[in-house]
Amino acid sequence: MKLPIYLDYSATTPVDPRVAARMAECLTMDGVFGNAASRSHSFGWQAEAAIEDARQQVASLINADPREIVWTSGATESDNLAIKGCAHFNERKGKHVITSKIEHKAVLDSCRQLEREGYEITYLDPCASGLIEPQAVADAIRDDTTLVSLMHVNNEIGTITDIAAIGEICRQRGVFFHVDAAQSAGKVKIDMAEMKVDLMSFSAHKIYGPKGMGALYVRRKPRVRIEAQTHGGGHERGMRSGTLPTHQIVGMGEAFRIAHEEMDDENTRILALRNRLWEGFSDMEEAHLNGTLEQHVAGNLNVSFAFVEGESLIMALKDFAVSSGSACTSASLEPSYVLRALGLEDELAHSSIRFSIGRFTTAEEVDYIIEKVLAAVTKLRELSPLWDMFKAGVDLSTVQWAAH
Amino acid sequence: MAYSDKVLDHYDNPRNVGVLDDKALNVGTGMVGAPACGDVMRLQIQINDDGVIEDAKFKTYGCGSAIASSSLLTEWVKGKTLEDAAKIKNSEIAEELALPPVKIHCSVLAEDAIQAAIQDIRKKRGED
Repeated sequence: MKLPIYLDYSATTPVDPRVAARMAECLTMDGVFGNAASRSHSFGWQAEAAIEDARQQVASLINADPREIVWTSGATESDNLAIKGCAHFNERKGKHVITSKIEHKAVLDSCRQLEREGYEITYLDPCASGLIEPQAVADAIRDDTTLVSLMHVNNEIGTITDIAAIGEICRQRGVFFHVDAAQSAGKVKIDMAEMKVDLMSFSAHKIYGPKGMGALYVRRKPRVRIEAQTHGGGHERGMRSGTLPTHQIVGMGEAFRIAHEEMDDENTRILALRNRLWEGFSDMEEAHLNGTLEQHVAGNLNVSFAFVEGESLIMALKDFAVSSGSACTSASLEPSYVLRALGLEDELAHSSIRFSIGRFTTAEEVDYIIEKVLAAVTKLRELSPLWDMFKAGVDLSTVQWAAH
Repeated sequence: MAYSDKVLDHYDNPRNVGVLDDKALNVGTGMVGAPACGDVMRLQIQINDDGVIEDAKFKTYGCGSAIASSSLLTEWVKGKTLEDAAKIKNSEIAEELALPPVKIHCSVLAEDAIQAAIQDIRKKRGED
C-alpha cells in the first residue's frame, strides 16, 4: 500500500493516464498544437477537429447536442457565466434569482455580486437531510424571478438534488434553470433530452481530467441566451472569448468519454467501498452521518465523530488525504456553512470528516483508514472533556459555556 | 497547516492527561471555551501545603494547537506557586509552540484556563 492514501476525490482527482496520454499529443511541434481559430492552414484545422471531437464526447455523456457546449476554464467560470449572464440578459423581465444556502461559493458569490447590482436573491434552506425540496422552489418563484440555480450533487455531503422535478417546475413557470453539475457529471445519470435544465456547469478535474478546464451547457431548444462575461475574439459563438486550449479540451473530452463508458461499473465498485467504509464505523458510538444515503452519490461519505474536533482527527490521519468541515481547517474560524445550513449543531460541524472515494481507491485502503479512524477517535475521546461529560450523562446543551 | 515539531510532539504524546478530584479543597478546575467554537479546555491543578502546584491534569477538545497548548501548560505550572503560575502569558505559550497567527487563540484559551483554575482554588479556600 502506497502512502499517503488519497481519499479526497471530491476536492479534485488525478488525471487518468489515458487522459494524460491524449493531452500530451496536443502540445508539441509534432502534435496537434495549432490554434483552432486559424482557418488558413492544417494546424488550425486539426486543432479544430480535435476540439469538435471533444465537444461531442462531453455532449454524449449528458445526451446533448455538441453545439450546446461552451468551453470555459472550469465550473467556477461556468457558474459565473450562467448566473450573471442569464440574469443580466433577462434583466428587463425581472431581477429576482433563487438559489440555496448549500451551494458552492462560485454560485453564492456570483449571486452576491448580483445583489450588489440591485438584484434580489432568495436563499433556500435545505431540509435536515440536506435536500432542496422541489416544493420549496415552487413556493419561492415570483413574477419577477428569472433564474433558479441549484447544484446537482452537493460537494460536502453528496446529496443528489431532484433536478428533473425542479426543471419541470421552472419550465412551467417560465423561469430559467441552471444546475452546477461539477460533482455529478460522470457519477449520476444526466439526460438533457429529458431534463428541463437550461444551463449546466461542468468541471474536468472532478472526473479525472485536467484542472483549469470546464464547460457550460447552454440549451438551444428552447433557446437560452446569456450575456458574455469575457469579451475578445468572439470564440464559442460569442459567449466566451479566448483561444481554445486544445490539450485541455481534448483531456476533458477523453475524461468524459471514459466516464460515459465506465460509469455504471465504476459506480457499483465505488458504492461497495463506500458502504464498506460506513459499515466500518457502525460499531462506534456517536458517529453521525451527515446528509442522507437515500439520495446520494456513490463516492461521498460525510461523518461527524462527536466530541472529537475535526482538525485534530485529521492530524492523527496523517497517512490520508481527507477534508473536514471544522473551522480549524479553514482560515475563517467558521465551521462549514453547508453543515450549519442542515441545522447541525456547531460542535457536530466541527467534528465532521468528508471521505471521498474514487477510481483508484482500493478495499485495502478503506480497511486501513477504518482502523486508523477507530484508533484516533478512541485516543482523542480519552483526551476530550466533552466525552467525559457525555459519558457522565451531562446534556452539553444545558452547560453554560464561556464562549470566546 | 504545517505545525512545529513541538506541537506535533505534544499532540502525539500529550503530557498529564487526566482528571483530579474536583471536590478536593486543594484542587482547582478551570474549564474554558465552548463546543460551538471548536475548543474546550479543562485544566486542573493540585497544590501542596506550601501553596505550590504539585500536580496538573488536562483534557482538551480542540485542534492540535489547543491540545498542545494545554499539554505544555500542565508541564509549566508544576512546581510553581499560584502567584507565579498566574503570571504565565499566552504569548509565551504561542512562542514556545511557534503557533501560526490563526492559532494564537488556542494559547489565549490556555491562559484563560490557568486563570480560571487558580480562581477556583482561591474561591474554595476563601481567599477570593
